[in-house]
Amino acid sequence: MDLTQLTIDAVRSAVQQRKTTALALAEAHYARIQKEDGEIGAFLTLCKERALEQADRIDRMAAEGQPLPPLGGVPVAIKDVMSTRGVRTTAGSKSLERYIPPYDCTAVARLEAAGAVVLGKTNCDEFAMGSSNENSSFHPVRNPRDLSRVPGGSSGGSAAAVAADMAVAALGSDTGGSIRQPASFCGVVGLMPTYGRVSRYGLIAFASSLDHIGPLTRTVQDAATVLGVIAGRDPMDSTSADVPVPDYVAELEKPVRGLKLGVAKEYFGEGLDHEVRQSVEQAIEKLQSLGCEIVPVSLPHTPYAIPTYYIIATAEASSNLARYDGVRYSYRAAGVKSLSEMYRRSRDESFGAEVKRRIMLGTYALSAGYYDAYYLKAQRVRTLLTRDFDEAFNKVDAIVTPTSPTAAFRLGEKSNDPLAMYLADIYTVTADLAGIPGISIPCGETREKLPIGLQILGKHFDEATILRLAHAYEQAA
Amino acid sequence: MRGNSLSAGRQDQAQWIHDDESQGKEMKVTDADVTYVADLANLELSTEERRGMVRDLNSILGYIERLNELDTAHIAPMAQVSDRYGVNEANQDSERFGYAYREDVVEGLRKSLPQDVALENAPDSDGTFFRVPKVIER
Repeated sequence: MDLTQLTIDAVRSAVQQRKTTALALAEAHYARIQKEDGEIGAFLTLCKERALEQADRIDRMAAEGQPLPPLGGVPVAIKDVMSTRGVRTTAGSKSLERYIPPYDCTAVARLEAAGAVVLGKTNCDEFAMGSSNENSSFHPVRNPRDLSRVPGGSSGGSAAAVAADMAVAALGSDTGGSIRQPASFCGVVGLMPTYGRVSRYGLIAFASSLDHIGPLTRTVQDAATVLGVIAGRDPMDSTSADVPVPDYVAELEKPVRGLKLGVAKEYFGEGLDHEVRQSVEQAIEKLQSLGCEIVPVSLPHTPYAIPTYYIIATAEASSNLARYDGVRYSYRAAGVKSLSEMYRRSRDESFGAEVKRRIMLGTYALSAGYYDAYYLKAQRVRTLLTRDFDEAFNKVDAIVTPTSPTAAFRLGEKSNDPLAMYLADIYTVTADLAGIPGISIPCGETREKLPIGLQILGKHFDEATILRLAHAYEQAA
Repeated sequence: MRGNSLSAGRQDQAQWIHDDESQGKEMKVTDADVTYVADLANLELSTEERRGMVRDLNSILGYIERLNELDTAHIAPMAQVSDRYGVNEANQDSERFGYAYREDVVEGLRKSLPQDVALENAPDSDGTFFRVPKVIER
């Protein structure tokens, strides 16, 4: 049995039946990280002591014949934007290079309560701002499928860790596509739940009205299992919704025959790579052959999504990042003579170019005289984008699109052109703005053997339907 | 000086909003605007960074201009996804968000951090307070 290639259920039942131990599983994954991660760079911090302690607890439960919780013994990786008590949490930023949180993110606490073994913290773009992972203050991540390529971003470390069998599952965060796009680039499953489905408590804030936590896994069923564990109301996050959490795994087995799938021409226009288009069209045909009805829909405001996103996200970021002042937990510049010099130099020396660019854009958009023209305008267009989805979902159960217009690009290819980089998120930002759930699943490869992702978007709080469709496609493909 | 550059920017802006797109091709963000915004954001920025910022902000804002193709005069702004569900529309204003209410009690959800824990990540403290450089300048 290769311990680093198991699904969640296989891990739990192997540990339950004493065919292996949680300890052996953790050690096997650390050995794999030791061997592979020098080249890939997916992890920023390992927390072996915490992992082995949890593994031991699970092994004792199994030895006593107690039934294991859903993630019993499952080695997981956590994007370094989620706070972990006693374990350094950097958000990929020099600003938090030495930050050790005094509390756990709710999603992480729920994973551990369900038996997961947290191996470590994964690399990401600084404060989750980026689409390639090249904005990490520490080092870039390389795509396990082709080391000259980016893994996508900002949850590139989490996607690479799962793709390279260094973790069974990982948590990522998605503000404009940061779970789905790296999942697509690395050939794994990435699920962004509905806004409010998963608590954001303990997630280092980028853009609070757009931030989501979700799983990256190798199978759809594993994504369903992890979502079931982390979903649900948390009194510590007032935007977490009090909406019942279904049994996502049981829902996977419901038939997909008769489901209506929307296809929007706005997601198949200029800029879409022809190999990606081909694979996605074949995937749609496959779903049709499984009994789904394909229905053309229109999402006419799609071309306005990127400009809307880059106003709202940067405006919220400029406010959220004001807290990095060098006083309480973030980097402080040396040799400063006054408080204002300390603020400026600390932020100047610790923030990278993209973070500064977004703080500047967001501050500009919110500044006196520009607020109505930019921020308020973008919020109004956000309403239009959301209405597009409302109208489409009156006719269909889900919408299928490419996840990203291209497969993984090369390191350095877009790093000098911020606007070109922003356009990598063109098919993913819409769901963040509308707050609807979306999943990316592998749907083939380019001639250069690079993975291609199929995106399925669903109605608010209807993760069950997109998971069911993704599962049916995965089983048939 | 700073005030002048901003109010000049504001006039350009107003014109640009009301006119057609031919106005939009001018450089909207000047070096003085970058200096002013950096000041608001508590950033210093090197000369080189400022130059890059003028270029990048103009390029991105140029792209963002396309939002003005849309007439949004009668469209309500959307601040939060949660405006849209879990909300009792029959209630007024903040009353609508009843689901988010909790008891207003001291340490209701989480105990405050003990002082020593709260200070653990501070770059500088005296064990009781965060220590910072002189606040009053001059």
